[in-house]
Amino acid sequence: MKIDSRFQARPKGNISLSIDGEIVFAHKGDTVATALLADSGNASRKTNKNSPRTPFCMMGVCFDCLVEINGSPNEQSCMIQVEEGMVVKRPKGLRNYEQK
Amino acid sequence: MSDKNAEFIIVGAGVVGLSIALGLLQKGHQVTILDGGDSDLSASKGNFGLIWLQAKGSHFAPYAKWTHKAVKKWPDFAKSLEELTQINLALEQTGGYEFFTDSNEFKAFQADLKQQQIHLGKKSSYEILTGDDLRKRYAGIGDKVVGATFCPLDGHVNPLKLFSALHSAVLTLGGKIFSNNKVKNITPLQGGGFKLLALNGNRFYSDRVILAAGLGTNSLAKQLDFVTQVRPQRGELLITEKIAERLPFVSSTIRQVNEGGIQIGGTSEEAGLDDSESLNVMVNLAQHAVSVYPQLSNVRVNRAWGALRILSPDGYPVYAQSHQYPGAYLVTCHSGITLASLHCSLLAEWIIDASNQSTLEAFSENRFSISSAA
Amino acid sequence: MIDAELIIIGAGPAGMAAATTAANEGATVLLFDEQPQAGGQIYRNVKNQSNRLDNKNYFGKDYLSGKKHVDALEHENIKIEYGATVWRIEDGRHVVWSKNGISKISSAKHILLATGAQERPVPFPGWTLPGVMTAGAAQILMKTSGLLPRDAILAGSGPLLYLIAVQMIDAGAPPKALVETQTFKKTLSAAKHLPNALFAANTLFKGLGFLRKIKEAKIKVAKIKRYTACSGFRAEESVDGSIEFSFDYRNVNHKIKTPLLLTHQGIVPSTHLSRASGISHRWNETQKAFQPITDLWGQSETPTIHVAGDGASIGGAETAQAAGRLTALNIVHHLGHLNKDERDKKAKADRSLFNRALSIRPLLDNLYAPLPEFLSPPNETIVCRCEEVTASEIRQSIAEGAAGHRQVKTSLRNGMGPCQGRMCDLTVRGILIDSGINPDAPRARTPIKPIKLGEIANLKIPPE
Repeated sequence: MKIDSRFQARPKGNISLSIDGEIVFAHKGDTVATALLADSGNASRKTNKNSPRTPFCMMGVCFDCLVEINGSPNEQSCMIQVEEGMVVKRPKGLRNYEQK
Repeated sequence: MSDKNAEFIIVGAGVVGLSIALGLLQKGHQVTILDGGDSDLSASKGNFGLIWLQAKGSHFAPYAKWTHKAVKKWPDFAKSLEELTQINLALEQTGGYEFFTDSNEFKAFQADLKQQQIHLGKKSSYEILTGDDLRKRYAGIGDKVVGATFCPLDGHVNPLKLFSALHSAVLTLGGKIFSNNKVKNITPLQGGGFKLLALNGNRFYSDRVILAAGLGTNSLAKQLDFVTQVRPQRGELLITEKIAERLPFVSSTIRQVNEGGIQIGGTSEEAGLDDSESLNVMVNLAQHAVSVYPQLSNVRVNRAWGALRILSPDGYPVYAQSHQYPGAYLVTCHSGITLASLHCSLLAEWIIDASNQSTLEAFSENRFSISSAA
Repeated sequence: MIDAELIIIGAGPAGMAAATTAANEGATVLLFDEQPQAGGQIYRNVKNQSNRLDNKNYFGKDYLSGKKHVDALEHENIKIEYGATVWRIEDGRHVVWSKNGISKISSAKHILLATGAQERPVPFPGWTLPGVMTAGAAQILMKTSGLLPRDAILAGSGPLLYLIAVQMIDAGAPPKALVETQTFKKTLSAAKHLPNALFAANTLFKGLGFLRKIKEAKIKVAKIKRYTACSGFRAEESVDGSIEFSFDYRNVNHKIKTPLLLTHQGIVPSTHLSRASGISHRWNETQKAFQPITDLWGQSETPTIHVAGDGASIGGAETAQAAGRLTALNIVHHLGHLNKDERDKKAKADRSLFNRALSIRPLLDNLYAPLPEFLSPPNETIVCRCEEVTASEIRQSIAEGAAGHRQVKTSLRNGMGPCQGRMCDLTVRGILIDSGINPDAPRARTPIKPIKLGEIANLKIPPE
């Protein structure tokens, strides 16, 4: 079930990225965490014990915003700005080795 | 008896002190353990968790045999400790590797193994693998690895869980543990027994006292007429973020903790009492890990740390009873995890009655007094 | 070989002020910041405000004033590395930093840590659920992306909470409720600091102005419910994914549904880098936080390491700027650009500004002191978000003899995850204190942020 974003809707941005296969539009200057929060209210990751989490501090401190970006797991999405064509995946549990 | 008046007092609640305590408690003795503060140096909170036989005691047969016995005893020891505490120790004893990227080091190590085999005879075996042998076994091994040795008895345990389990087992069996009671003075009493004075002013009395104080051993040892003096040797480690996939091997320098993080270690430096992590060692450890298993390159290091090993003058364990003050014992060793299985059994029995274990003679202090006289 | 005479870590108010002061006195400066632009959290993204899509200024004059500080960094003596994470200080003279996946070492004669603050963790049952964030996080989203909270609840206390409330109102995203933990009793006990605070009247009235504005909004719009002296925070997930926030107000348990619960209990110094650098820290009981020990010029016991701004002690932006300038003057004095008399003369105005600004702190610190339930939360609360360790487990470990941060950590793994204790150290301390143990500051090890093995392996260490 897709939960509505917990934030007010913004005009559609012009940078497109894929979040778990779905195309999402973000604005220049958004971080990946921002794009995730703007897109939905769903968990952006599940912990090792299967608890849902979303970005919490937005300043690189809490590490709750970890997602896979362009194949690289556990990236701090609040510290990385969106780029056209980025592929973002919401992790479930622990990471694996990077697939070459 | 009150809390402050015990049959046995053990100075030091590290893995060594707790293992002995567990052994004594299981034999029905009454034990109190005194420990220092949270910031005191503590090898038990910084170690690597190996249960390791490879090349141990190559040049000292009693140590090779003692370690072999310890490693063999580990499965039973782990089982009984887990039953007692319900804490999973994550013991894995499916064999362990020593990896080499330098062919001279590889050769020298093979010579050590050969020497150890002479002491152990048919009781132990090992394999020598070329780099290609190893890469056939594990596709992910890097090109720079020139060879490896493998001992089927080697393995590892979660060292922090072992530490917690020993602590919990000691409490369960009625042992008393007092932290923030760093012992300053031990006075032998006329007519037997000991008085212990802690830095905080507390006094404790016991019939017998066991020093298992790690780097806190030296000044207390002198007070009880022991000649042993220990010294610190720094080891540094890296721990990575947790990985779901299991590392297919255990080695003396790269192992995966059951929770998922990968520990990288195996260094030794003379750094006095400085237990900081140093940049050049971090870089060396990272280079080693990446050359052995290149997939690790993209795995993040969460933290590096240094911890201090406790070395006796010749590096082997010391199990000694004071000649001057019967009832006072000194126990110190490196590899306290591997030896825990014997410390809670054979060593504890020897402490209860020295005639129990004549094999432990080899680890007495006599070897130091002889060498210093020579 | 050195890369600059002074390396500054952090381009917030203190770091920017120090950089321009040192540069103007003739020192070469290398400035590092993790963000893509200068400003710190308080002036975050201030340089781009005019390009922002909604193009509205609801952040106020103070925020926009940050732009001139950012502009002042364009100086021939200042070199800046943005997007750079400093992960280790070596021998008080070298910094190891990571940018775009490559780590490098830069060296200087002096190092200034201006790492700022983080929000104090506010642990309560349910604080890890999606939809619970810090109030500061919401403000960052507003500043960087014009992303506005929807029907949010602001809960907690502290000057920042009220500032954000006003900004949300002005942005057209008023909170549906303001749930304050501040009590009347605290206001009274804080009042004894008033004579001191009057010296800093300007700041104080500004703070009161925000409060007034919230009240006015409440009256005019009549939509913001306000609850004071609340406690017993708890968040639960409801079927539609929103948060069911419950709390005690006047002895009655209230429940409000919201998509977004924003909590705040003040800010605390970010000390990971300063602790890992090896300098001593002390507990500041009024601010309920650890802080590095420095002299009046921000110089630590390691003479080449200096600390300024909220990373040294919480004082707010103006105080941080004054501290940054003072520290820079002392450093350029040590570098030989300024003699002692010149230093003291140039420091005079800032010294008194600094003292005046600090005089308001006891009032604010007491007024907005964190509730005891957030220092030592109920048993079921997750304390360590990374390793998911609960308050109950921590209490159990203490009952079994753990006598400090390290013993708790080695028995439970709290603080061993990627955040390295940033979200749990203070809570573990609170629980230890509650159990009668007064612990030392927990140790911080490097890398202070996770760095890839391959990146560390490729680090080139220059020969001495």
